Amino acid sequence: MNLPTLILALPLAGFLIALVVPRSSPRASRVWAIAISLATFAASLALPIVFDRTVPGEQLTLDVPWIATPDIHYHVAADGVGLWLVLLSTFLTPICVLISWRSIQNRVKEFYAFLLLLEFGLVGVFLTQDLFLFYVFWEVSLVPMYFLIGIWGHERRIYAAVKFFLFTMTGSVLMLAAIIYLYTRAQTFSYPAIVDMIWSGRLSFSPGEEMLLFLAFFAAFAIKVPIFPLHTWLPDAHVEAPTAGSVMLASVMLKMGTYGILHFCLPLFPGAARACAPWIVVLAIIGIIYGALVAMVQPNMKKLVAYSSVSHLGFVVLGIFTFTQMGLDGAVYQMLNHGISTGALFVFVGLLYERRHSLEISDYGGVATAAPWLATAFLVTTLASIGLPMLNNFVGEFLVLQGAAIANFKWAIYAAIGVILSACYMLWMYQRVFYGEVKEEVRRHLPDLNLREWAVVIPLIAMMVWMGVYSQTFLPPVSRTTAHVLEQTQVNVPFQVRIQQPPQMPAEAANVR
Amino acid sequence: MSASYGFNAADLIRFLPETILTVMGTLVMVLDAILHRRGSNVFGHMSIAALIAAIGGAVYAYTEAGPAFGGMLMVDGFATFFRVLVLVVGILTVLPSYRFLARQDAETSEYHALLLFSIAGQCLMAAANDLIMVFIGLEISSIASYVLAGYFRDDKRSNEAALKYFLLGSFATAFFLYGVALIYGSTGSVNLTIVRGVIAGRNAPAPVFIGVAAALMFVGLGFKVSAAPFQMWAPDVYQGAPTPVTAFLSAGPKAAAFAVFLRIFMTAFEPIGSGWEPLVWFSALASMTIGNFAALRQNNIKRMLAYSSIAHAGYVLVALTARSQVGTAAAMFYLAAYALMNIGAFAAVSHLSGRGEQYQNIEDFAGLGQKQPLTAAMLSIFLLSLIGVPLTGGFFGKFYIFKAALESHLVWLTVLGLLTSAVAAYYYLRILVMMYMREPGEAVENAEPLSPGLRAALILPALGTLLLGIFPGWVLEFAGKSAGLVK
Repeated sequence: MNLPTLILALPLAGFLIALVVPRSSPRASRVWAIAISLATFAASLALPIVFDRTVPGEQLTLDVPWIATPDIHYHVAADGVGLWLVLLSTFLTPICVLISWRSIQNRVKEFYAFLLLLEFGLVGVFLTQDLFLFYVFWEVSLVPMYFLIGIWGHERRIYAAVKFFLFTMTGSVLMLAAIIYLYTRAQTFSYPAIVDMIWSGRLSFSPGEEMLLFLAFFAAFAIKVPIFPLHTWLPDAHVEAPTAGSVMLASVMLKMGTYGILHFCLPLFPGAARACAPWIVVLAIIGIIYGALVAMVQPNMKKLVAYSSVSHLGFVVLGIFTFTQMGLDGAVYQMLNHGISTGALFVFVGLLYERRHSLEISDYGGVATAAPWLATAFLVTTLASIGLPMLNNFVGEFLVLQGAAIANFKWAIYAAIGVILSACYMLWMYQRVFYGEVKEEVRRHLPDLNLREWAVVIPLIAMMVWMGVYSQTFLPPVSRTTAHVLEQTQVNVPFQVRIQQPPQMPAEAANVR
Repeated sequence: MSASYGFNAADLIRFLPETILTVMGTLVMVLDAILHRRGSNVFGHMSIAALIAAIGGAVYAYTEAGPAFGGMLMVDGFATFFRVLVLVVGILTVLPSYRFLARQDAETSEYHALLLFSIAGQCLMAAANDLIMVFIGLEISSIASYVLAGYFRDDKRSNEAALKYFLLGSFATAFFLYGVALIYGSTGSVNLTIVRGVIAGRNAPAPVFIGVAAALMFVGLGFKVSAAPFQMWAPDVYQGAPTPVTAFLSAGPKAAAFAVFLRIFMTAFEPIGSGWEPLVWFSALASMTIGNFAALRQNNIKRMLAYSSIAHAGYVLVALTARSQVGTAAAMFYLAAYALMNIGAFAAVSHLSGRGEQYQNIEDFAGLGQKQPLTAAMLSIFLLSLIGVPLTGGFFGKFYIFKAALESHLVWLTVLGLLTSAVAAYYYLRILVMMYMREPGEAVENAEPLSPGLRAALILPALGTLLLGIFPGWVLEFAGKSAGLVK
């Protein structure tokens, strides 16, 4: 069986079966969810093993017609970037199941059903090679998240859920219009075929047309990332979502945006992407610094982590629009890092919330005394998040800054300010929550990690160390793919990737090189 | 024009669905007089039987496809598509009506007879290839539905709905008839194929006559499909009419009127397409905008769905604006998807409305997800489909429509239309929020368990909606094949 299909089929089957698990036994729902999500993770572990790292494009392809007119295919495949994002999704889903074990007591069956449906949608986004199918998964992932926030969230959950849905929907319909327009021009939804046509000059747009199409796609992705000033839905959604929702949202869903930019905006509309790059970089840098500054003054831990996401994803966008090999590699690596470390931060905040029922920093203090292991694990995550060497974020940030420095040194300087600020807000929060006088409430309510929580924490920390120490496990297929993207974007091709047809290089692109 | 006024066996076969419905409708009325069984389920069963038989008849008629009665009817794929559609709408109207009528303690025989007559008129409209036939079908369908809208004589709102519907509807039909008269006067025929020939021919009548005639017919049909700027009646009528009737009005007559719309404008008036295109363009955009924005502020769910149905008429008009075979096929597909999801949503509303239809507000849906998970899940499917989320029929419908529009270079209409559809998400989400994110209120606590008829009326359209969303191929293929026959 086709491996990507198997990885898609498992959570879908999980969702369908979860719907018929009897409501009277929440335990059955939990057990089923953890079993199927672990099975999915196991299946996805085969992905990097069978993945041929010497091939730049997509592989493990399965392409069967779905609808005859218009010509829509069920076309899935993995590439060097999507591969890791799939693994990230399948890795985090069982973690989300575990952290919700105790904290979700209300409508348990529906919760896990939606979580599995969410996994299905997310994995689909990263595996599909058909633009139509991509849109389907893109929207399908929206619905369960809407319900996760709206049903199991905190006080202002309904406002946050509706805002989240409407923001994303508005961007999506613009993308849908662009996808249909592309189809009317190319007569196919197949992403590789369209890229090939654009690249070989069989399909070309007028500059105005290309710009509008780029912006339509970019709008959908920019809202999802989110890029400043479209980020306002994010803090609301994060603060109100249940822990599992926050984790999936921050770790995987935001990556749909950056993945989309990398995977679609650049190869499909290279001219417009280059033309817009300076503006987008400015927005990214504003996002990095603004996000960090706002994070610093948050009294609420979840909000702080949410704004730190805005800042971190600014790095990813900056990396992509440097159009350098290092920048792109760093951006992709940073997507994965952010997934692990910010996911972990949300997990810890969730653990604290479960114990003390507060997200306010001022309600804590001296947690390190009450729960030393929790404090230690949190510290590792904090250090990872601010980019300490030997931990994961360092590698990504270094590469992005390097790429930015090559493209334009000033960009690197501004972005580096963001790194410094991140150390400030994270460490300051750590200090206020974990050190200082032990509050009476904290002493009474804060037991240390239990076995289930250890099972959540250890894999996350292991990944932080692994990705920080030995990035060679992850980076080579990424580089292959990003080099290919650069090739398709027709700029800064650092090393030769084998190409079947020589590109017809426009004069402008040659100058950039 | 060499029409012979006799008829043969093939003509009768091609007229089978209308015959079945009329005979059964009459039988229902006669039986009522004999049986004297007020509120009996027998008449509902008879209606269902009649409708299923009529679907069989429509399919059988299609095996004998061709013109009937000297070209007055045209039984082709297009006609069959719409005949089956309105018949399915009929079944889905009867199913929730059992419980609804029993709850209101209402007479059943007249209700079902009127419904059958109305559907017979719609079948006729679907197959009409002659302006007089269109008119007759329109009147049969409309007069029965005026009465249905006012079916609860003692209810003030029902009365208001019927009167409003009747007065405005009569005006609209009059406009349409003026158009027919002008066409007959200037081209000498009411047969659409012949009219088209004359308009496209060398001795075409003065454009002003044809233009005015097209505009008048547009007014008449625009009213029937509740397209802006002729949409004013819809919210009041939809709110006042008994809920299953509202469901019926929002799907059946609308689909039939669109069938006529497509046939007239894509056959007879196709040669002057560039003339009416701006008109329809404007109407489409206005319908989508007015419908979707006005729905944002509604608290009565029937009123909200009325505005939503105005917006959906706007989407179909976008397909008409495309003026292509793909556009016609998209409109057909959309109407099928729309009929299923809308009638399903109304079935849920009618289930919850309670005695005297006292629960009609969006707040009344609070907590439905906890108390009646099945009803809530089915209604969610319909709402997600109305929003246009993938894997539902509503999404594919929208997708095909806007694809057709882009292929005809209607870029702005597409972008604006899609943006209004994003706005629409808000008001549909409000119901989802109520059902799943609030604690149960009075309406839900008092809700009775699902009756078998309602259960079927929820599950069948939900399955249909998902089927159209996941495997749209077969319906679309048929629509695509049939759309070509219109020309």
